Formats: sequence, structure tokens, C-alpha cells
Amino acid sequence: MQVKENVIGKILLLIALSSIFILGLITFFIFEEGFPLILKVGPKAFFFGEKWIPSKGLFGIFPMIVSSFWVTFGALILGIPLGLSCAIFLCEWVPPAAGIILRPTIQLLAAIPSVIYGFWGLIVLVPLVRNYLGGPGLSILSGSMILGFMILPTIISISEDSLRALPPTYKAGALALGATHWQTIWRIMIPAARSGIVASIILGMGRAIGETMAMIMILGNAVKMPSSFLDSARTLTTNIGIEMGYASGDHRQALFATGVILFFIIMVLNSLAIILSKRRGR
Amino acid sequence: MDNKDCRFRIADCGIENSPSLHPSLPRGEGGGEGRFGHWNLRFLSIWLFCLLLVTLLSVGCQRSRAGITVAGSTSVEPFAELLAEEYMMRHPELHIYVQGGGSTAGIEAVRTRAAHIGMSSRSLAPREKDLYAVTIAKDAVAIIVHPKNPVQDLTLEQVRTIFSGQIKNWKELGRHLHPIVLVTREEGSGTREAFQKLVMGKEEIALESLVQDSNGAIRQVIANDPSAIGYISLGLVNDQVKAVKISGVEPNLTNVHHGKYTLVRPFLFVFNGEPIGEAKSFLEFVLSPQAQKLLLKEGLTPVLQNLD
Repeated sequence: MQVKENVIGKILLLIALSSIFILGLITFFIFEEGFPLILKVGPKAFFFGEKWIPSKGLFGIFPMIVSSFWVTFGALILGIPLGLSCAIFLCEWVPPAAGIILRPTIQLLAAIPSVIYGFWGLIVLVPLVRNYLGGPGLSILSGSMILGFMILPTIISISEDSLRALPPTYKAGALALGATHWQTIWRIMIPAARSGIVASIILGMGRAIGETMAMIMILGNAVKMPSSFLDSARTLTTNIGIEMGYASGDHRQALFATGVILFFIIMVLNSLAIILSKRRGR
Repeated sequence: MDNKDCRFRIADCGIENSPSLHPSLPRGEGGGEGRFGHWNLRFLSIWLFCLLLVTLLSVGCQRSRAGITVAGSTSVEPFAELLAEEYMMRHPELHIYVQGGGSTAGIEAVRTRAAHIGMSSRSLAPREKDLYAVTIAKDAVAIIVHPKNPVQDLTLEQVRTIFSGQIKNWKELGRHLHPIVLVTREEGSGTREAFQKLVMGKEEIALESLVQDSNGAIRQVIANDPSAIGYISLGLVNDQVKAVKISGVEPNLTNVHHGKYTLVRPFLFVFNGEPIGEAKSFLEFVLSPQAQKLLLKEGLTPVLQNLD
């Protein structure tokens, strides 16, 4: 029995290590391909250059960094209030029967492929924005709305988990002191679960920044500094997605270099999420 | 025992890797120790066996069929697929794999011998001249607008000023008051390079233009937006969009054939050295009258003259 357990343990260890090994391999290749170009163009021209014209050797990704954050914050503006209220409702008020239907439905939202979100946005949302608000319709606003829906499952499920993980004494104590149900939630439970909720938002942000397919279809991909929410834009991920098929030489390396930047942003966001979630309970 | 610990840890820190998949964690249940170990082992061995099977199968499949790979331009791809189907009907023993990826990628693939034939929708760049290129057909680039757009006719000069962003409203062309929405292809696309060379010359395509990564996507955007203008392969124009005349010349096959419509670019097959073997016989088929007639029917201008 003991031998068998050991063998199983070793096999699982090997499999677990292989996934880390693959991650290391990917990281290595992204940096190996992308880094030389950043040095060649010059870090300043690369990060803060406003023109991306690969055929002329201009590789400035600043508009894309800015667009990535515009789109992401737009998504958060929609996603946070919706997601948080949904989590509170699921945690505190939902009748058991409704919960049985609601939770799987929210999970289903995460299971829909992003290309479906993109297609729906292109056919339904984009014409609405174009007809009622103006501009080309393929815009940051449309993209943010779609992304807002896409990050809902992340925000809802993690926030709900962190609300549920609070010691029941918190709630009981507050109610015993005469607080209303809403006061208990707003003043006691949300502040106590704050770190988990913030972590959920940061993970949602990570998802929003990384989304590619739906954004290629909805954002319009124009490479310029966005000046309003009705402008078309190109994010870091869509830049890679839309140009990789035709890129070669420096252009291809520049796309890898875009990946390097994306890698850093995602790493910072995930580290933040981990640090914040560890601070729970203070 | 271990299992339970693990669960609590996850619940404690409030985050997990795939939160959406299990928002409510199973709590408290779990079988006896022995049954669990047994299950794990069986599951693991089944899983490993499946992995092995899949690997073997995929390796086996790759070797089972002889064939040649054709890769490159997404503009040429649909036509190449059609030709490959015809060819395979005549030669069932051979399989032709047609892949997209773009002109530049196709040319690169030929250079590294990852593909036998590269498809390109633009002429070879000077540094690519060491490769062997054959023109298999010619394709016109059509300037397209929404069918409801009253614009019928533009000069080349007007198209250039529109796409360079100097004219921003249809009103400046004497049409309805509406901002012009430019739609272009991404950097590196053969269609874009052809458009740049044939229309723009030294001018740059405006940075605020929307960028779509295929002919079909451009057509979709134009079909939905009455104030948009873009360019696609003439063979792919359908009734969702309207191709405008250039200085009074309608973009159609007759005008392309007689050299009146000048926005024309070659479709190339690219080889690494003189074509040999199966690649050669496929090329011969593509240049044969039957295949060229097929291309004509699909909206391209054949290179073979006097097809009766």
C-alpha cells in the first residue's frame, strides 16, 4: 500500500512539474524573441512611441497600453456594481430554489466561448452604439460592455466565496447589536470580506486585459490614441492576434515584445491579487 | 485527510485558479480511505492510457497519407482549396493540404520548407526574389461602400485623399453629411500592400482607420455601416456591398481583362527553387485550361489568354 502511494505521489509530482516546466518554456521564448527588439528600438521609443507602422520600422505601443486600460476600466465600471450586487444577493437573500438555478447560470456565463460574445456584440451591440451614440460603433464602449459581462462570473463567484467564508459570529454579532440586515452587510460583511472582493476585481481585470478574440471583433483595431469611449481602439492582445498571421522579422519580434509587456501587466495584477487575498482577516 | 485540508485552504484564501467552475465548493463528504486510493490509481492509469493513445494516433495519422502543403495568403486560400479539390478528384492517391496564414507567412514557410507551395497575393519583395514565383491568376481590388451610399464613382485621387484622412466627411465629396469611416487590412496583408502600392503611393493610410484581419471581416463591417468605405478582393464582392467605379470604369472581369481597371495584383504560387514532383504536377494542373476556366468562373482573371 505504502509503495503504491509513493508511486502515485511521484507520478503526480511529475505531471505537476511538467506544467510549471511548460510555463517556464513559454516565458523563456517570449522574452528571447521579444527582448532584443525592445533593446533595438529603444525602450522609450517602444513604450512611449505613439506610432505603430511596422512597414516603416515604427513600433510604438503606447496607444495600445492606454487602450488596454481604457477598455479594462470600462469593463470594471460595468462589472463591479453588477457583480458585487449579484454576489451579495446570492449570499444573503436568494431563496434556495432560485439559487439552484442562478449559480449554474452564472457559471454558464463563464463557459460561453469568447468568440460567441464577440459575435453577439458585433451583431447586436455595435449597431446600437453606432445608431444611437454615433461613431463607427466598433468602439471602446462596445468592447467594455462585452468585457463587463465576461468578467461577471469571476467577480461574482470569488466575492460570494469570500462573503461566505466570514465567521458567522460577525453577522450574528452585528444583528444582535441591533443593526439592520443591510447595515450588517454594508458596514460589517463587505469591509470584512474586502480583501477577497478586491482580489476578485483584480482577477477580473486580468481576464479583461487578456481577452482577445471578442475584442478583435468589437474594438475595430485602429492604432491610435483613443480620445473618447466612442473611438475605435487596439489593445495589446488584439495587436498580437490581428497581425501575427502576416508578421515576419522585426514585426514578428515586436509582437512578441508586446507579449512581454502583457506578461508584466498580468504578473503584477496576479501578484496583487495573491497579496491582497493573503491579508484577509486583518 | 489530505483532501479535507486542501479544501479548507482554498476556502480560506478566498481565491482559486478556476473560480468560475466551482463557486460553491463541495464540503464535508468523501469516501473511505481505501476506496479513494483505489479510485485514484484507476483514474490515473486510464488517463495516462488515453494520453498515450492520442499521441500515438496523431503521430500515426500524420504518416499515413502522402501529400503536399500549400500555405499563405488568405485571399488566395479559397481558390487554392477549390483547385486542390479538383486536383484530388483526379488524383485520389495524393492529398493537398491548404492552409491560410498570410502572404508573408506563406513565403516564409516555403523558405523554411515547412510548405511545398506558398500562396502570395502580392509581388515578391526584393529580399524574397531568390524564390521561384509563378503568377496563377490576377485579382482586382475593389473599393467598396454600403449599398445605400449614394457614391457611385470616385477618382483614384479621391480614394487616396479619403484613405489618407484628408477628407473626413462625405459632404466634402458633395454627398450626405456623415463622417467617413475607413476600414483597412492589417499591416503585412497582401491586399493592404497591393492597395498601398496601387492607390496610396507614398501617402500613408490614416491611423484612425479601423483594421480588420480578413476580406470577409471588412465586407461585414461595410455591410453594416452606411458611412464606411474599404477595399477587398473583387472576387469576394457580393450584394451586401457596392463596388464603386474608379474614374467611370466599373470593376468587372472584362475591364480587368482589357487593362481598363488598373487596381490589379497578381496571385502567386511561390516555390523554393524550381518546382519538382507533386508540387510541379499541381502547378501544371493550376495553369491548365480547365483550372483557369474554374478561376474565371470564381471571379479571377486567368493568366491563360483565349479561354474559349
